[in-house]
Amino acid sequence: MTRNIGLHEMTETIRMVQMENLDIRTVTIGINLRDCTDPNFEQMQERVYEKILQYAKDLTKVAESVEREYGIPIINKRISVTPIAELLGQATVEQAIALAKTLDEAAKDLGVDFIGGYSALVHKGVTKGEQTLINALPEALSVTERVCASVSVATTKTGINMDSVQQMGKVIKEASEKTRDQNGLACAKLVVFANPVEDNPFMAGAFHGTGEGEAVLNVGVSGPGVVLNALKRHPNPNADLGSVSSVIKNTVFKITRAGEFLGRVVAERIGVPFGIMDLSLAPTNALNDSVAEILEEIGLERVGTHGTIAALALMNDAVKKGGAMASEYVGGLSGAFIPVSEDNGMIKGVSDGALSLSKLEAMTCVCSVGLDMIAISGDAPATTIAGMIADEAAIGMINKKTTAVRVIPVPDKEEGEIVEFGGLLGRAPVMGVNPYGSDKLINRGGRIPAPLQALIN
Amino acid sequence: MENRRAIVSVIGKDQVGIIAKVTQVLASKEINVLDISQTILEEFFTMMMIIDVSDNEQLDDIRHKLQTVGDEMGLKINLQLEDVFQAMHRI
Repeated sequence: MTRNIGLHEMTETIRMVQMENLDIRTVTIGINLRDCTDPNFEQMQERVYEKILQYAKDLTKVAESVEREYGIPIINKRISVTPIAELLGQATVEQAIALAKTLDEAAKDLGVDFIGGYSALVHKGVTKGEQTLINALPEALSVTERVCASVSVATTKTGINMDSVQQMGKVIKEASEKTRDQNGLACAKLVVFANPVEDNPFMAGAFHGTGEGEAVLNVGVSGPGVVLNALKRHPNPNADLGSVSSVIKNTVFKITRAGEFLGRVVAERIGVPFGIMDLSLAPTNALNDSVAEILEEIGLERVGTHGTIAALALMNDAVKKGGAMASEYVGGLSGAFIPVSEDNGMIKGVSDGALSLSKLEAMTCVCSVGLDMIAISGDAPATTIAGMIADEAAIGMINKKTTAVRVIPVPDKEEGEIVEFGGLLGRAPVMGVNPYGSDKLINRGGRIPAPLQALIN
Repeated sequence: MENRRAIVSVIGKDQVGIIAKVTQVLASKEINVLDISQTILEEFFTMMMIIDVSDNEQLDDIRHKLQTVGDEMGLKINLQLEDVFQAMHRI
């Protein structure tokens, strides 16, 4: 028999949920679609739809009842699938777009928020199906609502496929153009990765990797607000950094335990194995639910100033240490997210001129995941965007970590203007890019060879 | 049936009759209160009850009735299964 929960512990949990935005950000069911291939494309669409329904039909209902019973919100219900490029084979671009619509339809019919896995892994070379998917991306993302796409262009083991980097620069520009009337919203559903992980529950980069089983449930928990408030409550506002790290570890331990517990209940009820807990602090635009504000609480006048990377490194590491102890299986991206548009503190940092694009890049060296949800001026050339991707890919490749780029060139908008994306995606001040070109580098093409770090056998 | 417990939390402005009205709902569903305590949390009156809900299949209904009481009195009343508290606070 477990010991009684004391009043202090009850109030702590209730305070976390009701006053500090503790929530399960997402329960994401990963589904293998490789057995859905069929020479008849329409037949395949049908099989894909059926297979998704078969595994995810109860996801929303179960998640909502678990949320009710335990009183902890589960914000998003999501699906990730086998990288769709693997199914495309000889399909045409039109068919690839039709398949995106099938995924969108399945997501809508099931009441899930996003479906990820409209993806291609091209970090070394590009197959015909992958090329088709990449060509389909701008249109597919502008005619669907809930489909999320990702493309892997680099790994530590293979180096960087610069031909694909170049192409993704163009794809991002095109996707933005196609959703011009929504401020380039299609780009918010597209991530370009280095070293992607196969069990990530977070969007837009979730896909069900080849090392995974038939179906699995992965969980992403969120609680920047809880961590921020725990730091604010510290009896000594000038406590040393070891003590700051301790507070974060203790808090994240509890958040993670709650997330894993609820994740396991959901997994059991829908009848799929529990996969991993993703230990990521994911901010939202809710009051105080901000990673930037945690860094400021640690001791920065404004996020982006000198010392930002040190504070972020400390926080990110403490999150992992607390979470790793709390979960049986840790996986996914597991590191703090620093999206600009989804974090009020980051938005303020940019608006106040404290946080620059270069600093954001540097921050991605010590946390997950990359240049995330950053609005840039609409006239940024495709080669410049490709240059940004190449830089992030290089950081990921050399540091053996996941990095990514999710930037939104906003048509007709210039530096300093604010754009709204809505919902969890938030709003962002448009940032200027370096006016000097990277054309020659990008147009050279080829691959940046695998680094020495790859040669470990 | 396994031993199952839940936590009822009431947060809001202190007033006459909170415990009476909440326990009335619980008693009408034949639910036993195992523990009860109250405190002030961030300036709000907070009451917690641990209740026995083994064999009880009417949790949604009880939750709904408690919420109605909460709405009438301007209080936030929640009913949560206890396991998640155990997971967070016990190793």
